[in-house]
Amino acid sequence: MESCNCFEAQGPPDELLMKYQYISDFFIALAYFSIPLELIYFVKKSAVFPYRWVLVQFGAFIVLCGATHLINLWTFTMHSKTVAVVMTSAKVLTAAVSCVTALMLVHIIPDLLSVKTRELFLKNKAAELDREMGLIRTQEETGRHVRMLTHEIRSTLDRHTILKTTLVELGRTLALEECALWMPTRTGLELQLTYTLRQQNPVGYTVPIHLPVINQVFSNNRAVKISPNCPVARLRPLAGKYMPGEVVAIRVPLLHLSNFQINDWPELSTRRYALMVLMLPSDSARKWHVHELELVEVVADQVAVALSHAAILEESMRARDLLMEQNVALDLARREAETAIHARNDFLAVMNHEMRTPMHAIIALSSLLQETELTPEQRLMIETILKSSNLLATLINDVLDLSRLEDGSLQLNAATFNLHAVFREVLSLIKPVVSVKKLSITLNLAPDLPVYAVGDEKRLMQTILNVVGNAVKFSKEGSISITAFVAKSESLRDSRTPDFFLVPSDYHFYLRVQVKDSGSGIIPQDIPKLFTKFAQTQSLATRNSGGSGLGLAICKRFVNLMEGHIWIESEGIGKGCTATFIVKLGIPERSNESKLAFVPKAPVNHGQTNFLGLKVLVMDDNGVSRTVTKGLLVHLGCDVTTASSIEECMRVVSHEHKVVFMDVCMPGIDGYELAVHIHEKFTKRQDRPLIVALTGNTNKGTKDNCMRAGMDGLILKPVSVDKMRSVLSELLEHRVLFEVI
Amino acid sequence: MEVGQMQRQWVEYIRSLFMEGFLDGQFLQLQQLQDENNPDFVVEVVSLFFDDSEKLLNDLTKAIDLKGTDFKRVDAHVHQLKGSSSSIGAQRVKNACIAFRNYCEEQNIEACFRCLQQVKQEYCLVKNKLETLFRLEQQIMAAGGSIPTMELSF
Repeated sequence: MESCNCFEAQGPPDELLMKYQYISDFFIALAYFSIPLELIYFVKKSAVFPYRWVLVQFGAFIVLCGATHLINLWTFTMHSKTVAVVMTSAKVLTAAVSCVTALMLVHIIPDLLSVKTRELFLKNKAAELDREMGLIRTQEETGRHVRMLTHEIRSTLDRHTILKTTLVELGRTLALEECALWMPTRTGLELQLTYTLRQQNPVGYTVPIHLPVINQVFSNNRAVKISPNCPVARLRPLAGKYMPGEVVAIRVPLLHLSNFQINDWPELSTRRYALMVLMLPSDSARKWHVHELELVEVVADQVAVALSHAAILEESMRARDLLMEQNVALDLARREAETAIHARNDFLAVMNHEMRTPMHAIIALSSLLQETELTPEQRLMIETILKSSNLLATLINDVLDLSRLEDGSLQLNAATFNLHAVFREVLSLIKPVVSVKKLSITLNLAPDLPVYAVGDEKRLMQTILNVVGNAVKFSKEGSISITAFVAKSESLRDSRTPDFFLVPSDYHFYLRVQVKDSGSGIIPQDIPKLFTKFAQTQSLATRNSGGSGLGLAICKRFVNLMEGHIWIESEGIGKGCTATFIVKLGIPERSNESKLAFVPKAPVNHGQTNFLGLKVLVMDDNGVSRTVTKGLLVHLGCDVTTASSIEECMRVVSHEHKVVFMDVCMPGIDGYELAVHIHEKFTKRQDRPLIVALTGNTNKGTKDNCMRAGMDGLILKPVSVDKMRSVLSELLEHRVLFEVI
Repeated sequence: MEVGQMQRQWVEYIRSLFMEGFLDGQFLQLQQLQDENNPDFVVEVVSLFFDDSEKLLNDLTKAIDLKGTDFKRVDAHVHQLKGSSSSIGAQRVKNACIAFRNYCEEQNIEACFRCLQQVKQEYCLVKNKLETLFRLEQQIMAAGGSIPTMELSF
């Protein structure tokens, strides 16, 4: 046997040591082989393992190390060369892999360590995010609560409900034990407990307003934590062992309408506050969180707004009630005024008639007396009486006219009249006075002035007469000139009347009349007063001239009604005066006259041809002739009532009926009796209907009987439509008609 | 028969009535009162006349008893009848009534009796004539025509 170059045991083999080495090597190899197996197993199990290559390397290293130790087992005893070779190659491989692995580990271990740090970092981040999430959630919760609370609070405009709802909702949201509201009293010196959550009817606790804790809360616009022992928080009797929960108080601004000035915001000094106190449940170890406090602040603001709205609403309701009261009062006043006006009109209407009648009697009789034989003194007296009564009559007329003018109840008549004739008549009326006063008067009518015009002749004449009369009255000497012409727009350019415009048209023209006198003149300052009623100018010249001062006022109103303008110019005392007026008159249409010619039925009706609605009563006991007469009158447009007997007639007749037609040839019935009855029933002449007899009887006696009985007319039957028409118009114009028999 | 022909017939008929004295100008007046507000005026009045007259004639017949007659009452009735007939233009009836009244004043019973018969006869005649006239009018209206307006030209 050749000796091998391998290692040889030195000395006699130590059997024990060798055995232990043998066993250790075996176990080492086993462990070395099992480690990669475990690794592979666990890595396969886990989802993530980034370093596979490292694992392979490491595995290889371990396996080889294990292999080395295993092969070592055979080297304890004599072994062949192959074993030695295998051993060597294994060792070499192991060495190579180990070095490579050692080198790799230098890179890998820091990575592995950083993974750990990253893991830690992420954990921290996650914790942070969790916290933030928690915060956001609470904020959102708060926001939701606020919205809900706001909605509840703002859903009503009733003060009490607002406050109650606030407390209830807050209590619910924040799970409060108690919630209370202290309102300032009227005096402003104390706070009174007005609402609480748990107690239904709080007894009126009051607390003086100037406590330091209250001042502290009022001066801060945030929720303030206060001690549970302060007077505002001590609402419930403390039940011994309970630890009271934390209390927070906040001010609620109460806005008064008087705080609002137009341009300024409410002054801080005049602000009043209420105090809201919120208590957490006792013994709950709950603390006030920031978000809860924020919630409370927001709610307090909302409450303030809601209360101010409620206050505004109350105010506007009050204003509306006030307005309604005023309206009612105004309405009443208006009605009273109307009643007063009606009363005055009635009075005037009555006075109109009643005053004029005696006046006419006086004037008529005085004139008659004038005609008789009188002594000079008597004549003088009579003349004075006449003059005074004429004056009085004029005054009465003027006053009545004016009042009707003021009411607006006066309406102008419109008819075609001769314009030139009006001027001539005025001239002839005024001529006597003029010649007595030794004045001269001239009338100039422009050549293009139409002869005929449409308007109110009487009132136009009254106006012209008044103006001319004034000119005569105030002139002691000199001349008066009257000019009349058609006004064109150009002639008004020199405007004394800046807001008076002529509107030209085909149907109207403007008449301009100028009356110049050389009399006493008027101070320019007095001119505006001229047209005011009852106002007299103070100058001496006019003092003696008499007159009521109404004339010009009435003229002005007439002129205004005629859509015109009147004004007076004067240069001063002694320089005379020019009165000018312009009125609108209609141009009479040519075509109207031609229409008249075509009327087929020729009866010349001077009066009305239209009796529409004229109320008449027909009395006839013969049904047929009654129907025929009724038909006749209905055909003419009258409103006919019929009666078949005197009794019925008397029952039905009223002051509305203007004419009563009665058949008087009824034998056995005295138609005349009816006339007498009617006279008895209607004592006032204007209420009484006209009584017309219808008869077929042609003897003279009938007519006399009718007249004696007080009838106003007699017609012979048969009556044709035309005859009835002309009869009616004649009757209504002259109030009497006795047909020639 | 067409409308124009009927209208001509109507005109002829009414002319004949006027010619024969059954109707006078008053009837024309009645026709003038008929318009769109009052489209049946003539018929209404004439019907009223018929009713009235029949009653009056009955009363008259009862009143004229050869034994004892209340002339006042008779006169009153005749007066009424005269009034009615003159209102519608029944000329012959009216004339008969006038004659009747005269005899009433004279208190001549036989004459009154005769007059009554006369009046009745005249009334019947005019009634028939008028009814025919109205029938003609209805026919014309039914055929869509209108009643011509009469003018008194004679």
